[in-house]
Amino acid sequence: MDLDKMDARLLDYIQSGLPVSPEPYREMASVLDTNEEDIIARLRRLIDMGIIRRLGAVFDSRKVGYTGTLCAMKVPTDRITEVAGIINAFPGITHNYLRDHDYNMWFTLLAESQENIGAILDEIRKKTGIADLIDLPAEHIFKIRVNFDLSEE
Amino acid sequence: MLTEMEKKIVRELQEGLSLERRPFLYIAERLGMTEGQLIDKIKEFMDRGVIRRFGATLRHQDIGFVANAMVVWKVGPGRAVEMGQRLADFPEVTHCYNRKSLPDWPYTIFTMVHGRTEEDCREIARRMSEATGAGDYQVIFSSRELKKNSMKYFV
Repeated sequence: MDLDKMDARLLDYIQSGLPVSPEPYREMASVLDTNEEDIIARLRRLIDMGIIRRLGAVFDSRKVGYTGTLCAMKVPTDRITEVAGIINAFPGITHNYLRDHDYNMWFTLLAESQENIGAILDEIRKKTGIADLIDLPAEHIFKIRVNFDLSEE
Repeated sequence: MLTEMEKKIVRELQEGLSLERRPFLYIAERLGMTEGQLIDKIKEFMDRGVIRRFGATLRHQDIGFVANAMVVWKVGPGRAVEMGQRLADFPEVTHCYNRKSLPDWPYTIFTMVHGRTEEDCREIARRMSEATGAGDYQVIFSSRELKKNSMKYFV
């Protein structure tokens, strides 16, 4: 990773927030003591390098009106790719991880209603033929650290 | 609930901010509103909590947090709120939820723990357990990322 001091300062700054004003990059430049072209060029490079995944709004799915859950499934090891393909094809699946556990496939699902969640899970059971699927909706959220993007559920 | 116009705004904003000098102007034009109106709406969304954060989303693997573990805790319903709060207070915990238990899944508190190595994560979980008295837990590592996407709302 080839980052200089200004890149590090820039990443630090934009993790906590971008200015919501007509010329955000110019405003960032004046805070970081450089110019707008430099900020834009650095952001472009950091995006190309894959260090920045995206710039802009991170929504609270619940306040947007969506409901979410975390699910786990017991998937035979020789069916991982096939089953992941079936699950990941649903647009509301935001994360899917293979984990070292009997329940080895863990995914988060967002949908516009509880009924939609139920219908998608039924479809997943039907298409995969795997009934061993647990649905673990959150009852209480204690913490979501905002400068990480692991969970949007 | 969001109005139809607000849903349209969410739909545009979730595409991310472009690297033009006036990125909001470009989005506002697509929405048929002024740059100032859009900026006010974004600020209102932030006040209402609809937008949790307006900034950069980084790929965390690239900034040194290589290992992450899902640490799940068996905590009875009477203690879930107290214990959830205490476990969430650890700085290494990025996410903490209370989830319902099932006959086949007795673990109710879910914490995402970040460390430099897997051993680091196990050590953090040990410290959390000792400090809180939450005894019965499992440290579950991910071995492969199968999907990770930003949600697209109202598409």
